[in-house]
Amino acid sequence: MATSALEREPIAPANDDEPVHHKGGFPAGKVIAWLVVILLAVITLFPFYWAMRTALSTQRDLLSDPATFLPANFTWDNFRTVLNLEEGTGRTFNFWHYLKNTVIVSTIVSVSQILFSSMAAFALARLNFPLRDKIFVLFLSALMIPGIVLMIPNFVLIYDLGWINTYQGIVAPKVLMTPFAIFFLRQFFLGINRDLEEAAYLDGAGFFEVYRKIIIPLSQGPLLTLGIIVFVTEWNEYLWPFLVGRGEDVRVLTVALSVFRSQTPAGSPDWPGLMAGTLLAALPIMLIFVFFGRRIATSIQFTGVK
Amino acid sequence: MSAAAVPTTLPKPKSRFSAWKRRETLAAWLFLLPAMIGFIVFFAFPAVRGFYIGMTDSDLLTPPTYIGMENYRDLLEDKQFGRSLIVTAYYVLLNIPLQTFLALVIALVLDRFVHGLGWRSLMLLPWLMPNVVVALLFLWILDPGLGVLNAMLDAVGLPRQSFLGSTDQAMPSIAGINIWRHVGYNALLILAGMQRIPKDIYEAGALDGATELQMFRSLTLPLLRPIMLFVLVTSIVGSFQIYDTIAVTTQGGPVDATRVIYWFIYQHAFERYNFGYASAASIILFGILIIISLIQMRVLRANESDLA
Repeated sequence: MATSALEREPIAPANDDEPVHHKGGFPAGKVIAWLVVILLAVITLFPFYWAMRTALSTQRDLLSDPATFLPANFTWDNFRTVLNLEEGTGRTFNFWHYLKNTVIVSTIVSVSQILFSSMAAFALARLNFPLRDKIFVLFLSALMIPGIVLMIPNFVLIYDLGWINTYQGIVAPKVLMTPFAIFFLRQFFLGINRDLEEAAYLDGAGFFEVYRKIIIPLSQGPLLTLGIIVFVTEWNEYLWPFLVGRGEDVRVLTVALSVFRSQTPAGSPDWPGLMAGTLLAALPIMLIFVFFGRRIATSIQFTGVK
Repeated sequence: MSAAAVPTTLPKPKSRFSAWKRRETLAAWLFLLPAMIGFIVFFAFPAVRGFYIGMTDSDLLTPPTYIGMENYRDLLEDKQFGRSLIVTAYYVLLNIPLQTFLALVIALVLDRFVHGLGWRSLMLLPWLMPNVVVALLFLWILDPGLGVLNAMLDAVGLPRQSFLGSTDQAMPSIAGINIWRHVGYNALLILAGMQRIPKDIYEAGALDGATELQMFRSLTLPLLRPIMLFVLVTSIVGSFQIYDTIAVTTQGGPVDATRVIYWFIYQHAFERYNFGYASAASIILFGILIIISLIQMRVLRANESDLA
């Protein structure tokens, strides 16, 4: 499924079909290797299949038939309930509302963080000024600090600003920059050829024009990749939105799922409902994976090795 | 590592050149301004403030009082704090060696036999998923009563296990969940390192009659050192910060079997509103992570320049 669709069109210059190296690999090894890969694929995909199987079962039949391969008494009802397509079940999981909140928060963070980080990266990679490299090292040093060290003072700040249970409280810490985004973009900007830029300056272009008309258009690929990574990271964020945005109004999907889980009765949790909600929360990430998985895989080779 | 100066383009009169430099500096600071504000307000200032809060008795409602190193002294005597550090270290030991070993094996298999980017991307799927989603998927799979893993154990005649519900098995279960989520990502990182190794090295090795295993041990592994350093430092530092999975599944339990350092800090800060104490604990965690990173760099750096 996902894989075959992905296999068709390479996005980046393929680095995977380099000439065969250190011998071709003997057949027995090849068979074992493919068995390993297939096993890995099964282990990777099984939890999702199992959640699907559960979400398509009725709660009652699940209890008597918890482990056959196909759904126990196939039904769409759990998805219908989670999506609020049916009235009066008394369930408090307001999927569309949480989805809206997650989309709002993730969109604001990714668009704004990338705009401001790209501006900073432009200055750090393409302009000359005193302290430039010291500032970059200072930004990078923030990568070392564990999240929780910053989270307590940031919580106090958001609390003092009266921003608990607001969108701005959730997005504030990441809206202007993250060290990772600046690092990532600076690396790309450094590699851009200087000829175009110098010609533009000679023609009287200003710095902002060079940023907007040369550097940004030449970096569309990396900007998109980073945008996807930031978007997914924000989509997945849990502890911070839990701390500052637990209120129903601004509650995002991850927080809502954990609340949903803690509200289900301990004795007999509503597993089909919980799995339906879990899968729906994961669905957008799966779509991003299907469309952009190869792009992200390629970018890891870039960030991993400096 | 300063790059070559940009505007060698306006060389003539000295005054015009320095006017250009001034404009460039001004422009640079304008471009940096938003990020600089973000950095100061949400990174630099809280980092300093964290140290300060750690030296106060602070609960949000009343003004904090300065108490010096008292929180640190209390922490050193706090059995639960010591226990949470041990539990965290135990988790890291369950997680990292197995995860890194599996990632290395997967990377080798992908490097040697599987060249489709589709298969490689598939390894990333778990890593892209929200921790909360992953935790819920496995909470259900590992359920002591209805979970499919116990059904599988039944099917092959092995005794059922309570996994997350047992003090002995909770932590290994959490480690297993996170290995599932991270192993593919780490494998791709290692794979990226493998692909940087020049292939003629292996041809030379083969000519000298080296076996596959010998070449792996004396060529591949040493040349992978920089990337292994990166993988180990980031995954160990990340492991020490395990939180989401535990928050969704065991909440520190059963008893305190999974009360890791993050959970300890979270409880003190956000359940008991003891911000000073929690901050001090987070600073100690910071110190531990710095020391570990430095040791790792020392130990693994020796051969960094093998390729040169």
